[in-house]
Amino acid sequence: MASNSNTLVKLKNAGYQQNDKWLVKGVSLEVEKGKIVTLIGPNGSGKSTTAKIALGIYKKFDGEVEKYTNKIGYVPQKVSIDWTLPLRVRDFMVLTESLKEEAIDEALSLTGVVHLKHKNLGNLSGGEFQRVLLARAISKKPELLVLDEPVQGVDFTGEIALYELIKKISEELNCGILLISHDLHTVMSATDHVVCLNGHVCCSGSPSDVAKNNEYKALFGEQAAQTLSIYEHKHDHVHSHEGEIKKN
Amino acid sequence: MFDDFFIRALVAGIGVAFVTGPLGCFVVWRRLSYFGDTLAHSALLGVTMAYSFEFNIAISVFIISSVIALILIQLQRKTNLPGDALLGLLAHSSLAVGLVVIGFLTFIRFDIMGLLFGDILAVTVNDLIIIWAGGALILLVLKLIWKPLFASTVNYELAEAEGLNPDRAKAIFTILMAAIIAISIKMVGLLLITGMLIIPAAMARNISDNPQKMVLFSIIGGLLSVVIGLFSSLEFNTASGPSIITAALFLFILSLLKIKQSIQLKN
Repeated sequence: MASNSNTLVKLKNAGYQQNDKWLVKGVSLEVEKGKIVTLIGPNGSGKSTTAKIALGIYKKFDGEVEKYTNKIGYVPQKVSIDWTLPLRVRDFMVLTESLKEEAIDEALSLTGVVHLKHKNLGNLSGGEFQRVLLARAISKKPELLVLDEPVQGVDFTGEIALYELIKKISEELNCGILLISHDLHTVMSATDHVVCLNGHVCCSGSPSDVAKNNEYKALFGEQAAQTLSIYEHKHDHVHSHEGEIKKN
Repeated sequence: MFDDFFIRALVAGIGVAFVTGPLGCFVVWRRLSYFGDTLAHSALLGVTMAYSFEFNIAISVFIISSVIALILIQLQRKTNLPGDALLGLLAHSSLAVGLVVIGFLTFIRFDIMGLLFGDILAVTVNDLIIIWAGGALILLVLKLIWKPLFASTVNYELAEAEGLNPDRAKAIFTILMAAIIAISIKMVGLLLITGMLIIPAAMARNISDNPQKMVLFSIIGGLLSVVIGLFSSLEFNTASGPSIITAALFLFILSLLKIKQSIQLKN
């Protein structure tokens, strides 16, 4: 993994311990411009921790982190807004960066919540709030997007649309995305590189490589592997401009 | 114009209210009211130091409060005691030490009531300069750190991840808290300064739907409290601090009516 000019963030053998317990250890990964790297793994496997190491939220980590950008958009797994703070969606959008009104509207329209602009954050539903979080993260046109379960609580059709949006953003802005997701279907269709965590990197590679891995099967079960094989069955080829079928 | 003690008190109070308004909002948002109390209690020690070494009171209070804030941060890192216990420990021990030191300073006649509850008669032209110059400086610094401080108040991790350096903003804010206590101690008294920070901000919360509005209403509430409080202090010959805080409480109760209204509208 030699870094090149496309590298946005790179973890080398990174780990983090809290109260003498390792939350995650020995993680190496690299996010490049225009690429989507997805972290999968069971609860407590260190996905969010890894993201927080990469973001610099945890400072006393093990190993090395190289970061080549400061333009970062982050959707945390949990955000609770205190009721003592009166905050409208509009105020939240400009939290870390000043934006023009059009930029706010554009980002909110992309995630389908522009009608909520003047609503109080406390009055949004879980799915609506999640869409606002995503809109805020993309509105500043970041070079690196870190999305920690960005579509939790979003309805099914919305989920698909948002994942499509994420894919589109990575292409349009040419930004790198570090995605944490439970949804194996999506992970496999939109990801360039998968890192499967369970306190350590249990396997990593392209989605199809990971799907074949025995440790992955042990972690997620046969069914998950089948999910992938169905997916692979559907998408084991690409179409060239001329319409011919090319094998992967 | 500043010959009259009442005019001086009014000008001083207005200067204080401009600063406590926005700072008070952060105290409410970040749940720092007991932290404010602790700094204010330690201010007594600062005052006694000022008398002992014949030093300016505001500067002395500022230094002692900042030191206490630093000690608190250290204790939080190095002990397993909960935050409120540490705050109580520092607040009451610094108050006690301050009172003990006063006992030793027999050569000075102390107006303890004035220190605890504020004394408008004590405000000098020098104090006015400190309040307005110091206040302007506090507001300027607050404006500079507003974005990281506000972002980390909403969500620390977002602010940190997106490169706003919230820890630095928090440290600077702590210093600003020590500074506002230092400049307002003569007006409101050290037992009631936190009230001046919290009550107008709490009132503003009841009638605002966004942060800018809350800051604005908090300032207006503070200004009204000072004006109403000082006039009634003059009229009824009461201490300035309690009169101002009582006026603030009155405004807070009025703001509750507005909440009641909006709840009725919703139903």
